[in-house]
Amino acid sequence: MNATRLDEDFTSSVHVYEPHRKGLPRLRPYFRALWERRQFAAEMSRASMRAANTNTVFGQIWLVLNPLLLACVYFTLVFILRGGNAGPDFFVHLVGGLFAFFYFSGALQTGASSVVGGGKLLLNMSFPRLLLPLAALRTAFFRFLPTLLVYFVLHFTFGQRLHWAMLLAPYFLLMLTLFGAGMGMIFATIQVYFRDAASFLPYMVRIWLYMSPVLWFPEVGIGRLESKFGDVGEIMYANPLFSILGGWGETLVRGEVPPLGMWIGAAAWAIPVLVIGAIFFMSREREFVVRL
Amino acid sequence: MTTTDPAEMAVQVENVSLTYRTTFERVPTFKSALVRLGRGERAVKQVEAIQNVSFEVPHGSAVGVIGANGAGKSTLMRMIAGILPPTEGRIQVNGRVSTLLALGVGFNPQLSGRENIVLGGLAAGLSRKEIEHRYEEIAGFADLGEFIDLPMRTYSSGMHGRLAFSVAVHMDPDILLIDEALSAGDATFKQKAAAKMKELVTTARTMFLVSHALKSVQDLCDTVVWLHKGRLMMKGEPREVVVAYNKFLKVGEDAFSLEDL
Repeated sequence: MNATRLDEDFTSSVHVYEPHRKGLPRLRPYFRALWERRQFAAEMSRASMRAANTNTVFGQIWLVLNPLLLACVYFTLVFILRGGNAGPDFFVHLVGGLFAFFYFSGALQTGASSVVGGGKLLLNMSFPRLLLPLAALRTAFFRFLPTLLVYFVLHFTFGQRLHWAMLLAPYFLLMLTLFGAGMGMIFATIQVYFRDAASFLPYMVRIWLYMSPVLWFPEVGIGRLESKFGDVGEIMYANPLFSILGGWGETLVRGEVPPLGMWIGAAAWAIPVLVIGAIFFMSREREFVVRL
Repeated sequence: MTTTDPAEMAVQVENVSLTYRTTFERVPTFKSALVRLGRGERAVKQVEAIQNVSFEVPHGSAVGVIGANGAGKSTLMRMIAGILPPTEGRIQVNGRVSTLLALGVGFNPQLSGRENIVLGGLAAGLSRKEIEHRYEEIAGFADLGEFIDLPMRTYSSGMHGRLAFSVAVHMDPDILLIDEALSAGDATFKQKAAAKMKELVTTARTMFLVSHALKSVQDLCDTVVWLHKGRLMMKGEPREVVVAYNKFLKVGEDAFSLEDL
């Protein structure tokens, strides 16, 4: 069922449908419709989260249990397998980085499958399709929030203190969100045309994790690279997550103000990727129905 | 067909065609794309789903849409709903559209019927408040008893259909598009649904009913549109169109021309 009521494409009483070239829909009514249906995206995301754990004994507690268990796994890795030569700050850095990274990968992967997975909904309703990856982003964010709680418990357990620089961390979290949203939109579109993208994605995500400052500190990574190949440390900034997760770790875990390059690098990646992702998605979305 | 003031028309379809290119594979993959690339082939196929269809429907009419499988009936409904943009021509729709195009749409099987009503209503563009207002009416019409609070995976297909129909008709639409939605309901519900549809039409709403049940099309509709392979074969009095359609089915496509009637 679908009651449309917008001005042009999605609202009001008069709708005119005419052929379109591969252009963008008119942005003003599009975004107005998007805004008007924000509750739908929110409800869809809430529903999928509720539905995900209805069959388990622990139910919603899994949202906290998951990151805790994950922290246990990496605790084993860092303190037992590595022989314990890493300091507690490294463990906290690792956990903080991992949780943020899983937020990103969650946004990317659920976003990527949102359009293909929304098959029937797409075939039978007319609404701004951008709601689908945005609902996925919301889901990923609300899965991330409890991990933040777990992080703070670990932060203090391992003897880290509060720093004023932690107040700067939300900037990098925002950039991570924008970047994740953009990537989710891009991969959601790609997956309509090439279903195999879904199978490549987990490997891409895993490699990306190792290439980002989660399992290592940013300056250590640059140092290692430079000791091998000479003065090429700047190449690290080619990885968007180097700036974003690097800045996140510096501010949240170590309480230091990250170098200017990370501030600029984070925004210089996140904002263009979001804009390009949204344009790419919107220019293709009217073709989705015949491709599903 | 007489020309009327556009505002009096609920739906105007002018020379509308829909062609789309699709790949041969049901689900496109990298592998097949690579193999094709190696052979220098292009795997696109033109599908002419709707070809040069025009008609007008005034407010307050009940339009039946009939035709064989693959005639383009559902595609036409999707185009009127704005889901598929036409490749040629122009469609103007005056009024709020509510669609019921396939069973269980937008419904999450893990959630209860109650939660799905909220989800369906929000998807249709209603606010939370408006849904709360209508909730009792929707639940009452679907008449699912205690099942309304059970997850929808426990529902029978008839129950799915009843809930979906109930949500669609209670969205306060000006134009209601129904695509073979009643096939799963039992006799009692079909009667109730038919009564509800008649009620909608008498209050100057417009209804499109896609169905293979020619009897109910004749009962419920005042105009019938017959599509075949994407072309408009006939539009007019239900009885006349249904007779022509039946004759066509018996005689077969080759031996048939409309002039024989």
